[in-house]
Amino acid sequence: MNPYSGKCLAIDLTNRKTEVRELPQGLLRDYLGGAGLGARLLVEWSRPGADALSPDNPIVFACGGLLGTMAPASACHAVVTKSPLTGLPSSSVSSGLWSLALKRTGFDAAVITGAASYATYLFIDDDQVHFRKADFLMGKGCLQTEAAIRQRMGDSRVQVASIGPAGESLVRFATIKDGYRLPHRGGAGAVMGAKKLKAIAVRGTRPVSVPDISKLQKACADINALLHKSAASAGQLSPAACLVSGGGRCALPARNFQQSIAEGAGSLAAECSRKDHFLKAIACPACPVACQHVYRVTEDPHSDDQVVLQEEALAALGPLCGMYHLPVILKAIELCQFYGLDPVSAGACVAWAMECFERGLLSSKDTQGLDLSFGSADGVVETIRRIGQRKDVGDLLAEGVKRASAKLGQGSEHWAMQVRGLEFASCDPRGAPSLALGLAAGLMTPGLDSNEFPASGLKDEEDLTAAADSIGICRNARLYFRDFPAEAAQLYTLATGTTMDPASLRRAGERINNLTKAFNIREGWQQADDRLPPRLFKEPVDARAAVSEKDLKAAIDNYYRTRGWNADGLIPREKLKALGMDDIQEILKGNWHGTPSHTV
Amino acid sequence: MERRHIQCDRDKCTGCMICEFACSAAKEGRFDLELSRIRVLHATPTLLDVVACRFCRHAACIRECPRGALSMDETTQTVSLDKARCAGCGWCVEACPFGAIALDDSVKTVIMCDLCPNHEQPQCIEFCPQKALSLHVSGTGKD
Repeated sequence: MNPYSGKCLAIDLTNRKTEVRELPQGLLRDYLGGAGLGARLLVEWSRPGADALSPDNPIVFACGGLLGTMAPASACHAVVTKSPLTGLPSSSVSSGLWSLALKRTGFDAAVITGAASYATYLFIDDDQVHFRKADFLMGKGCLQTEAAIRQRMGDSRVQVASIGPAGESLVRFATIKDGYRLPHRGGAGAVMGAKKLKAIAVRGTRPVSVPDISKLQKACADINALLHKSAASAGQLSPAACLVSGGGRCALPARNFQQSIAEGAGSLAAECSRKDHFLKAIACPACPVACQHVYRVTEDPHSDDQVVLQEEALAALGPLCGMYHLPVILKAIELCQFYGLDPVSAGACVAWAMECFERGLLSSKDTQGLDLSFGSADGVVETIRRIGQRKDVGDLLAEGVKRASAKLGQGSEHWAMQVRGLEFASCDPRGAPSLALGLAAGLMTPGLDSNEFPASGLKDEEDLTAAADSIGICRNARLYFRDFPAEAAQLYTLATGTTMDPASLRRAGERINNLTKAFNIREGWQQADDRLPPRLFKEPVDARAAVSEKDLKAAIDNYYRTRGWNADGLIPREKLKALGMDDIQEILKGNWHGTPSHTV
Repeated sequence: MERRHIQCDRDKCTGCMICEFACSAAKEGRFDLELSRIRVLHATPTLLDVVACRFCRHAACIRECPRGALSMDETTQTVSLDKARCAGCGWCVEACPFGAIALDDSVKTVIMCDLCPNHEQPQCIEFCPQKALSLHVSGTGKD
């Protein structure tokens, strides 16, 4: 008796068929769930070299290992698919009522393959899967889609994950709205759009059992009290805090990395803390922290337009675009929510376009008369809208800055702030060598929570993050654990009955990271891809030196060594063997598509 | 005997549903939110409330039950259910003005809050990390 059901739901959109496959306990133990299980299933189900927007690219929704139990901040699921931005697998973790509903359908994961021939939405009602026409949902925003489906079902228990118009029109950084925030980076929404899958409605009513519920509850209560206390006293998770806490954390970039945030940050932070926009901090299921800061978009107290202001979105759509006026940023986030856009990539695209505009690469004619200089409120809001509609300059930006800059040329690649195609916005690696390394060679999406760590510590940090993403403990809440590896291992042991210690938790994280790396290599990753945009090497900012190319190279070599990879960043066969992943090479060849060995 | 019921400070409630986890764990021995006796209502992300039995003085559920399975326990001032009589018809569910009664389909009986008589205090209150839940105490009306 443990929270894993050992079942995986496979949904074939092309043939409108579903089947239930068994997940062996060994596999679940090795990959824990969430990001790890999702990556493993993606490897098994995908064909090498498949285009991210083709029917051959599956999209996996995998429940975190502790999801459905009372474990603190454990209501997380991961979405894993090949990213249309990078062409490499991307996994992102979300949490909320949808995650909990998915777990309570009685499946540990859902793999969606193929593509529908017409607009479809899925309704997973415990073990029943319905394919339904989504004509009436097309063009609707994410929240409107959710409301329309729930109204049709007439049951408030139905939770909806949906894409907006941006996903439908294959904007490469379209996201899936399935929680309070918009956390899915890398374009999972476009993958759903390419499958003509507008939404996944879920109603889960099944119980989740654990071996010794009172022991688990006791452990949870202790950790909850600690988390609640430290989170409340620290207040670090409020969006304002990220703007003012320069020390220890990364300094935020401004004006597309031409400056750092110093100017105007204080007044923006003050605006964030004022009560006229801020409504309430709310929590995901089973979380004692409550880090979702809900803001009202307009000053009208009767308005229902609410968004969750997330630090990274604030950084990307604010200072990065030279914007320090909160109502404009909130409006931009609301548009991202409507169109289903990843606000971080969207902000980075707008900032790139603004720099192009100021340098004369984009003219007023290109922008249809829109003023795109830094700090222009119309520029930010209207450009987001155009990206969502793929109109004018929005059509160019909808491809992401890597492709847009390649198309525009004229040296605009120099200030296209992306790594392997994925935009980054909220951490500036200048003057922070470990961040530079994590950004260039690391396996996790860097964000605001990237703390400074010794360069040799990147491996440890990554392994722990991978393990946390897999057992499904939220990254935000993780900051407040006293000794995360020990406490997480204890929770996992109590919930599953499988003994886990901090060392094996790290090892599982390492296994998951090596799987991701192996998959990257299969999909054409080369050592030369581990690099940063040229701007960071050439332009210092605010007395912080530019990234040293030589030091970065040395750090990357050191990182490969620490990981046990060879000098080219490839994984030796023995390394895979040592991690108990002997089977992975055969799977990576793609021979397993549709017929994994554990087929029932 | 004073009357008590679970009340929620909406300003403090963050909608984390830990009360539902704790309730189902106490009553069912597993995390089965369908069978939680307390429910978090997410009207909008920020408009939250919690519903559990109010033990009404003139309880509609007791009045409407066609089999006389529900009664007010005079000593504890909670609603008690005679499982042998309950057929799970759901009339009380319909009658409750708060939506505080649920149906356990597997055994065809209704379920509602009983203030956890076997515990020191109701488990939802004990586990609520925000301290948003508490016992509302009022007189019987006779004093």
